[in-house]
Amino acid sequence: MATQRNAPPGRNTRPARNVRFGRLALIGVPALWLTLFVAVPFAIVMRISLSESVIAMPPYEPVFDLSAGFAALAEAVGQLDFDKYVFLTTDPLYLDSYLSSIRIAGLSTAIILAVGYPIAYAMARAPKRVQPLLVMLVVLPFWTSFLIRVYAWMGILARDGFLNQALTGLGLISEPLDILSTDTAVMIGIVYSYLPFMVLPLYASLEKMDDSLLEAAADLGCPPWQAFWRITVPLSLPGVVAGCLLVFIPAVGEFVIPDLLGGSDTLMIGKTLWSEFFSNRDWPVASAVAVVLLVALLVPIGIYQHMQARQLEADR
Amino acid sequence: MKRFGAFHIAVLVAGFAFLYVPILLVVIYSFNASRLVTVWAGFSTQWYAALLNNSQLLDAARVSLMVAAVSATIATVLGTLVAIVLVRFGRFRGRLVFSSLVYAPLVMPEVITGLSLLLLYVAVAFDRGFWTVTLAHVTFTLSFVAIVVQSRLISFDRSLEEAAQDLGCPPAETFFRITLPIILPALIAGWLLAFTLSLDDLVIASFTSGPGATTLPIQIYSAVRLGVSPEINAASTILIGLVTLAVIAFSLATKRSEVERQRAERRTAP
Repeated sequence: MATQRNAPPGRNTRPARNVRFGRLALIGVPALWLTLFVAVPFAIVMRISLSESVIAMPPYEPVFDLSAGFAALAEAVGQLDFDKYVFLTTDPLYLDSYLSSIRIAGLSTAIILAVGYPIAYAMARAPKRVQPLLVMLVVLPFWTSFLIRVYAWMGILARDGFLNQALTGLGLISEPLDILSTDTAVMIGIVYSYLPFMVLPLYASLEKMDDSLLEAAADLGCPPWQAFWRITVPLSLPGVVAGCLLVFIPAVGEFVIPDLLGGSDTLMIGKTLWSEFFSNRDWPVASAVAVVLLVALLVPIGIYQHMQARQLEADR
Repeated sequence: MKRFGAFHIAVLVAGFAFLYVPILLVVIYSFNASRLVTVWAGFSTQWYAALLNNSQLLDAARVSLMVAAVSATIATVLGTLVAIVLVRFGRFRGRLVFSSLVYAPLVMPEVITGLSLLLLYVAVAFDRGFWTVTLAHVTFTLSFVAIVVQSRLISFDRSLEEAAQDLGCPPAETFFRITLPIILPALIAGWLLAFTLSLDDLVIASFTSGPGATTLPIQIYSAVRLGVSPEINAASTILIGLVTLAVIAFSLATKRSEVERQRAERRTAP
């Protein structure tokens, strides 16, 4: 860079312009892609949520024509129709689905934290030599198919499944339990599928911890349990928050787990959106459900992005 | 001070048992002679033979592998560009919008991503099939690639690039001869992550695929909805085996390159 500044002016403008052009191209290619496949599709969802449902293909009206230009766009704005959002508040199915999703996802997140914390803690305590192996053992199930892992629980939780066989075999129960097709089964599925998302950030924050703090506490006469509560837990809070968000956000919109493990009365918003779209073929209502779900998730997503930005700053 | 006792070992054993026993049960019962999935009736490989004759499942596997390979490759190129922009370009106009668009597919529920892409395809009257699934998979996996490559770029020693440029190497050549080889492990990791995410995706593929482009998860899902079946156990076991082998191979490879790098560093150290 310094050599360029000293070069005669005629020779340095070209490379400078090239660099600027290169920067623009580097930003432009991914920016164009993201606009086309992330921003525009979501704008379409918003627009369709404000449309009329009709029996046709595509099943909504008015169909906007991107080639018709600005006048048509302005006219389309005049035709906005908020019926679908009013409809979401009148049919209790939707409100119940949102609340039940939040309840199931929230309870599952709490259970995952309770199960995952001891695992992450034990991993951070393990001899340094075996720690990479332990991390890999946590990650490995994540690489095997999500669908298959949920499917495995169908065989375990069924009436004649492994769990009931084991419990009756041990004489703990006389009648098989009906777990499959209940909200409990959905929560077991979520706890199982998302456990690695909790353990990894927790492990990362516990592993970074400076042990001399615990030694200092012990030297000052602090019993181990209190040292854990007053030093380890506060220092691992970033990991706790990151893990909870990583579990909670996708769990709210989950479709596969409630569909395979839940029953007909299991309400989760991802499943409701799916059936609104594929079974009822009501695209405007499905779009409205999606918009409200995203609005409901904006707060946790905002916190998540904030944590990520802070993490990147800290790594730098 | 740092104690690792019986209690910690018990926690780890219980935790890993919880993670692995369900997967192991699927593997064990794929060798079951009985059609009843929960009753053991002796060892048999008949379900693997049945799998070889299941042309629907095999076709779906072929489609899935093609979608995954093509989308992972495009996503790696785009995700690397995104990572370079985010790490190297500092503050530029529209950075906040840009990074929000990068992280949006990461945090948006899959049903929303799938729905919005399908509505895009319908709006522009794009026939659904192989390419619509592939483009959808590029879009949601490129964010994951960007994160993996980003973390490598952050820890990158920029003096190597500066040295090359001071010696008169043009920026593009510097990138291909210095930067790319150094961040290559992250690119490979990103590609593998994108590949497995694509291979694993059911929800987005269900929304964006059309006739003739049924992926493996869609096929397995429709079979699973009818109940637990031994053939699916066999298919799952093959998938689990392949993934395990790939992950072990990859971790051995990165471990070796790490050891070599350390050795090289020790040699060059004064």
